[in-house]
Amino acid sequence: MMTQLPAILVAGPFLAAFAVSIFSWLDSRYCYPITLLGLLTSLGASLGLLLQVTHTGPVHYTFAGWEPPFGIELRIDLLNGLVLVLVSGVAFLNLPASWSMIRRDMHEKRGTFLALYLLLVTGLLGVTATADLFNLYVLIEITSLASYALLAMGNSGRSPLASLNYVYLGVIGASFYLLGVGYLYILTGSLNMGDVAALLPSIASSQAVLVAFVFLIVGVLIKMAFFPLHIWLPNAYTFAPLAASRVIAPLMTKVMIYVMIRLMISVFGLEYVFETLDLSQAMVWLSSLAILAGAVMALAQNELKRMLSYIIVAEIGYMVGGFWLGNQAGITGAILHLINDALMTFCLFLAAGNLAYKLKDLHFESLQGIFRTMPLTMSGFTLAGVSIIGVPPTCGFFSKWYLLLGSIEAEAYGFLIALIVSSLISAVLFFRIFEIGYFEPLHHGHGHGHGHEHGHGTESAIAEAPPTMVIVLAVVALGLIAVGLASGSIVNEWILPIVPRGLM
Amino acid sequence: MAELLSEIVDKYNYWLYIILMMIGLYAMIVKNNLIKKLVGMNIFQTAIILFYVSTGYKKDATIPIIENAPGHGAHATHTAIEASQYMNPLPHVLMLTAIVVSVATFGVALALTLRVYQNYQTLEEDEIRMRLRER
Repeated sequence: MMTQLPAILVAGPFLAAFAVSIFSWLDSRYCYPITLLGLLTSLGASLGLLLQVTHTGPVHYTFAGWEPPFGIELRIDLLNGLVLVLVSGVAFLNLPASWSMIRRDMHEKRGTFLALYLLLVTGLLGVTATADLFNLYVLIEITSLASYALLAMGNSGRSPLASLNYVYLGVIGASFYLLGVGYLYILTGSLNMGDVAALLPSIASSQAVLVAFVFLIVGVLIKMAFFPLHIWLPNAYTFAPLAASRVIAPLMTKVMIYVMIRLMISVFGLEYVFETLDLSQAMVWLSSLAILAGAVMALAQNELKRMLSYIIVAEIGYMVGGFWLGNQAGITGAILHLINDALMTFCLFLAAGNLAYKLKDLHFESLQGIFRTMPLTMSGFTLAGVSIIGVPPTCGFFSKWYLLLGSIEAEAYGFLIALIVSSLISAVLFFRIFEIGYFEPLHHGHGHGHGHEHGHGTESAIAEAPPTMVIVLAVVALGLIAVGLASGSIVNEWILPIVPRGLM
Repeated sequence: MAELLSEIVDKYNYWLYIILMMIGLYAMIVKNNLIKKLVGMNIFQTAIILFYVSTGYKKDATIPIIENAPGHGAHATHTAIEASQYMNPLPHVLMLTAIVVSVATFGVALALTLRVYQNYQTLEEDEIRMRLRER
């Protein structure tokens, strides 16, 4: 049983996706429990794997007994053990939180939505677990296809166009990745990450290796919406159904950043990336630009989801830049921020979902006086906002601290300034919302749909989202503090052993 | 000049894939019609598929099926298998998967285009942008 965990991890949601699509024709009442079961299986498997990895070292799994250079291998070590728990945990928590929303908005498409949701999770888990370059491409495409469809299911009318623009760029990104894999295959004759990594050093001076590296990284940067290549992201996430963007926004970009880290650590090797190539300065400058541009564009928005989307663009700059700093503190910060940012974004989108469940839109004027009617949701939102700004003891502070240390050590002062300025800008962003929600009088359009039974006499009556939505939000929001307090042991236990020792 | 020419002729498969890829990219960037953009996207993907397929090809080699394999004919001759006589089948097999992926992407993209058409009654991007501004 324990040796089969990597297969169960991916197969659980995958088989559940088929079962759900069959049951959506037969009896759609069973769809929801099956989905929960599938997600629970993968959560259990990933927790088991993390334990196993922590105690006994990396886990290898070969499909059908074909040994690595020939067959497809799943390889779980400390780095992706953590990411797997993150992905399956967020995906599992999101479903009960979003179920009332899915039931209300999706009507007869519920079964389809759940099946796509499961396929998305399958893809994300597979991308994280695989050790095969071509397999990674196929799983990236499975994830992307599921997310194209999920993002297009919004009811605003603009979501299909936004999703179509995502398809164009997503395909270019994936094709670049595929091209890079092709170059590596021609050079080494292998597709297994470990095998390629063993063969590459002897030909590291070849220009073709550089071309392969550039194609792979550019492809992944498009998929993760790194700043100049981010144009698809804000529209796609804004017009998407919140039940979908709640899981796509925190996970999709982070898993792509994980892929970048994995390629750099396990395929090309940090020595090649930081010593043979002279790209790190340029990448850190680009990331600083991404952070500032994302933060400034977030300032210009007057809709909550749009603002959050631009914050994601800025946060991607944090992680990419932190990793390309190339020293221990920077890499540690980037990996820690990957986990923290997924949780913070998840928490923000959970709160946005609760608001959207009750309000007719999320323009800032609709949020006037919202603290009075939805105090619990807004408390969760406040906690996540404070964490994005980087106030201790929330988790956002600790990863930013590592990034700051890393940038000072690498003497990357542009990045340092970008980090500080963007923290200040996010303080402005969130305190503007706190002010609107706390001090402005209650917006009159509020209570749409549910306001009729309350009447106008009880304007300040509490009208919270359904209990499950609030409970999940509370759990995640408290999790932000818990992860913040535990970040010392997370770094020592899981992150530092991955970071190669040779670095400063 | 002659050197450059022989460089191009010797590696014509790479040049062809680059040209095809650029045609696809050009269509995706410049064309105004959503379907034409999709066709450009497909050309782009096909270029990469052709690139892979051409890397598996060898001159004077045959498909990797062993003739007179032991076990079929009772008196089959045992000759050593020479790798240079056979093409590399792996890139071709990989591309079967890539073709499936590109077909699936094309299908999803066409379905999205249909929804866009239902919303705006047009597939021209500038007209859609005009409608969006009017709203």
